[in-house]
This record gives sequence, structure tokens and C-alpha cells, in this order.
Amino acid sequence: MNHAFVEVQQAAKRFPGAKGEPDLTVFENVSFQLKKGEFVCIIGHSGCGKSTIMNSLAGLDRFSDGAMVMEGKEIDGPGLERGVVFQNYSLLPWLSALENVRFGVRARWKDWDQARVTEHSLEYLEMVGLKDVVDRKPAQLSGGMRQRVSIARAFATKPKLLLLDEPFGALDALTRGVIQDELIKIWTRDRQTVFMITHDVDEAILLADRIFLMTNGPEARVAEAVEIDLPRPRHRAEIVKHPHFYKIRNYLVDFLVTRSAEMDPADLDRKGLHYPRAVNPASEDATAPATASTKDATDDKLVSFTPKETRHG
Amino acid sequence: MDRTTTEWNFSLNVRASVLAVVLLAIGLGLWEGLNQVPTLGGGGAELSEYEKLMAGADETAKVPPPSEILVRAWEELSNPFYDAGPNDKGIGIQLGYSLYRVLTGYLLAAAIAIPLGFLIGMSPLMYKALNPYIQVLRPISPLAWMPLALFIIQDSEASAIFVIFICSIWPMLLNTAFGVAGVREDWVNVARTHELSPMKTAFKVILPAAAPTILTGMRISIGIAWLVIVAAEMLVGGTGIGYYVWNEWNNLDLTSVIFSILMIGVVGMLLDMSLSAVARLVTYEE
Repeated sequence: MNHAFVEVQQAAKRFPGAKGEPDLTVFENVSFQLKKGEFVCIIGHSGCGKSTIMNSLAGLDRFSDGAMVMEGKEIDGPGLERGVVFQNYSLLPWLSALENVRFGVRARWKDWDQARVTEHSLEYLEMVGLKDVVDRKPAQLSGGMRQRVSIARAFATKPKLLLLDEPFGALDALTRGVIQDELIKIWTRDRQTVFMITHDVDEAILLADRIFLMTNGPEARVAEAVEIDLPRPRHRAEIVKHPHFYKIRNYLVDFLVTRSAEMDPADLDRKGLHYPRAVNPASEDATAPATASTKDATDDKLVSFTPKETRHG
Repeated sequence: MDRTTTEWNFSLNVRASVLAVVLLAIGLGLWEGLNQVPTLGGGGAELSEYEKLMAGADETAKVPPPSEILVRAWEELSNPFYDAGPNDKGIGIQLGYSLYRVLTGYLLAAAIAIPLGFLIGMSPLMYKALNPYIQVLRPISPLAWMPLALFIIQDSEASAIFVIFICSIWPMLLNTAFGVAGVREDWVNVARTHELSPMKTAFKVILPAAAPTILTGMRISIGIAWLVIVAAEMLVGGTGIGYYVWNEWNNLDLTSVIFSILMIGVVGMLLDMSLSAVARLVTYEE
């Protein structure tokens, strides 16, 4: 059986309840696939477990249930083939911008000599427009600059899967726009697979090939996978003029404002392994979501599941 | 804006220096004026041999005035390393002995406290297991160990070093453990996502992250070690600045006592300044 590049199957996160109370289930029955080179954003309200999913993919956290497979190998612990950009940058404050990037590059290619490590690091710092401040410590950089260093560090190690945990959450709108452009530029060059958490609908539409929508926690689910078929390269100023843009945007906002809270987890749970319903808001039938199309999609996406198959590759 | 700040700082420094000098002058002036060796009689009569010897013994003895101490300091510091037998060595030699003991005990303590502190900081199990012992051993006055050390080690020199060791180990141990345990989870996660080995994580992430806290502990320790060495040397005798102070007291040479007290302060300050310089090197801004 062919596996996707990254496969998450029936993941769940539970916390033991206080004495006598049932366990708290943050999310369960979460299954999805990431294709190689795909840019996927995941949106959901706080508390739905987005960060847990991301940290588990990074190997820093664990699901209570379920399996994660990347290129046929189970994900168990952190690794260099998965790069992480944290929301709070996580730069080492005693190292300069250049040294922070070198830190990653040296860990990735242990046999490289100093000059090559520096050259490679500078190349990525230049890509995010930080050529002139490479010797500054993080404390001497603005928030936007710090996040750029963090992005340069993650991309410079050329991980197969990049995990971005709300990387622009703490930045002002203008800086955010500039760095989004840089992110697109650097991603277009290397075409890594990216999985990104965001709260910003416009940002998700600008960047993503698909957007996963999560219902509200506890008992959250990944309900739908919205396909963004806007042509690339995309530019912030131009995509809003595309006829599909507002259809997609309205669909996402509607989900976040009303449907994410109203969806009953029981309706989403079907027998066996199933992936979130693929939705294309731009096409006719999906403009009236939920009821009618659900049944067809359900049968389509029902995949037979035997746990053993996840291990071979 | 920047300019005014600098100017203001400058004038503050100048004013502080002026004030410090004025206070010093007043203090020394009072000390000098109130502590003159008394001359007897209003009529300017010659003192008899006996009266000179007793320095006007009808009055209580006076603390030597600063002028005498300056003269003594000049004598001692112009020839600090002379050695005229067990009871007459230059101030440089005495301070050298003390520094040797302090640094030996201190470095031994650092060699044990920092790795052990790492272990305790990284392992909650070790912390819980060792904490009760640390809490009992820490408040013991270092000098209380002296008889036991003399009995077991049977060497006064090594016993003094042991006392320094035991008093300087605790601040370094606790600060290292505290610093290591407090390293931000994010930074450790950076090491984990880059597949750093445990040793590399310790040296490349945890050590630099905890270094400022560790250095604080080392500064506290060197201060305590310098306090304790004076008392320890008063007990074991033979050499060292502590012994020197006590010996000069036995000689009733208060000028030398005051001079050596000042020297203890100056050396202690230099020790602290050198560690604070190291601390500045490893300090980072978040």
C-alpha cells in the first residue's frame, strides 16, 4: 500500500481527569495526510489541540493514541528531518543571528568545515533580508527580525517537513506581510513540505495549498480540508481580486464563527480510518456545506485500516 | 537625548567621586585629630623616659592615627616579599599564602559543585534525594569542621584548604542546580529538534544558558571563602593574612593590624571584581 509523505492516523490527546472524573479528551479521531511539497495550514480556535498536533509531529510531545508515519517510518522523538519554527522564536540569546543559524547548520551537516557552514548560513540569512545584522544578538533585533532568523535557521537545515507554530502571531500586520512574502520566496525555492498553525484566515489563504479546519475543543476533530486552488505565485495585493478568494474566505470565516462550535463530534466519527472531508468552496456544490454532500464524501474517504500497515515502508 | 543622558551620567560620576573624597577626608581628619598620642602637661615640660614609654598611661591607649598607618603601608608595600623568619614575613608573602589556600579550596569545590549541580538541576530524582543532606550540611559554620578536619587530615595546611572547600561548595552547588533547572524549555527543545547529543546539549545549550546563574554562585563563594580564610588562619597559624593579623595583635602592633585589615578588604574586592568581569563575559540579554 502506498503511503502519503506524512500520515497521521486516528490521533487523540487525553489528559487524566481529576479523581472520579472522566479523562479530558482534547481531540480524537484525527487522521490526515500531507503530500510531499505541500503547504498545509491548520486553523482552529484556541484549545482545540493544534499545538499538540504540531508538537507531536515535531517529536516534542506525544499523542495519547494513534500513529504518525513519515516516509514509511514512525515518528518517535524529535529529528533533523523535521524543522520547527516556534511562535516565540526560540533563538539562543547568547549567540548572534549568524551563530544561531550556524548552530542548526552545524548540527545538520557535521562534516562540513567552518567556512562552508558560515557560507551556507549567510545565504539563508540573506534570503530573509538580514545580511547587515548577522552579528547582532537576538536582544538587539526587532521581533520581526528575530522571527526571520528563526525561519532562516529552520530552512537552512533543509528539513523534509517544516513545522511552523503560529510564526507571525506576535508580529504587527505590516511586518507580518513582509515576512509572509519572504516565507513564500524561500518555500518556492526549496519546496519543502510545510505544516503551519495560524489564526489568520487571510494568511492561510495566501500561503496554503490546503487548510485543515478543526472544530472546537474539547473533543475536537479535524473536520474539513479546504483546497485553495488560487494560482501561484500569489501576491497579497492580487489574490483578493481573484473570483474565488471571497468564496474561500467567507467559507473559512463561516466555519470559524459558527460551524466550528456547532459541529457534533459524533457526526464526524465514522467507522474506521477516515480523513477530513475535502472541500472546495469555489466549486458550486460546496457553497452549501455540511448536510447533502457529507454522505457521499464519507463513503469516498473511508479507508480500510490495519495497524500493521503503518510500519512498513 | 543620548547626549543629555551621557552628560548627566558624567556629572553624576563626578559628583559621586567628589562626595566620596570629602567623606574620606572628614573621616580621616576626625580619626587623625582624635587619636594623637597625648603630650603631657600644659607647660610644655619634657616627658620623662617612663612617661614616653607609657605614652601617657593615665589616659586610655589610642588607636594609631591614619598618618601612621600610611607610613606603615608605605614601608610594607615597598618591600612586600621579604622573609625574615617565621614571625616576620612581608605582607605579599602572607597574602600569597592565603590566596593559594583560598584558590585551591575554591577550585576543588568548583570542580565538584558545578558537575554535581548540573546533575541535581537536570534530574528531579537526584534533587529530591540529595536535597535533605544539602540542607543539613549547608548551614554548618565552616570553622566547625576544623577540629574534625585536623583529626582526619592531620595537616593544618590541608585542613585550612578543606575548610575553604566546604564553605565555598554550597553557593556554587545550589546556584548551578538552580540555573540548570531553570533553563527555558524552548532552548532545550531547540537542542532536541536539532538532534544534539546529551553532552552537546549540556555544553552548547544548558551551560551557556545557566552560566550567569552559575557565575553568581561562584561570586558568592569566593566572597565567603575570603571571609573564612582569615578566621581559619587565625586558628591554624603559621602563615597567611589571618595569622598575620593575629600575630600583630599579639605584638600589640595596632598599626599593622589596621593596615592588614585594609589589605584584606582590597584583596577581597579584587577577587570579586575579577569574577564579576568573567560574569559580564557570559551574561546575555533575553
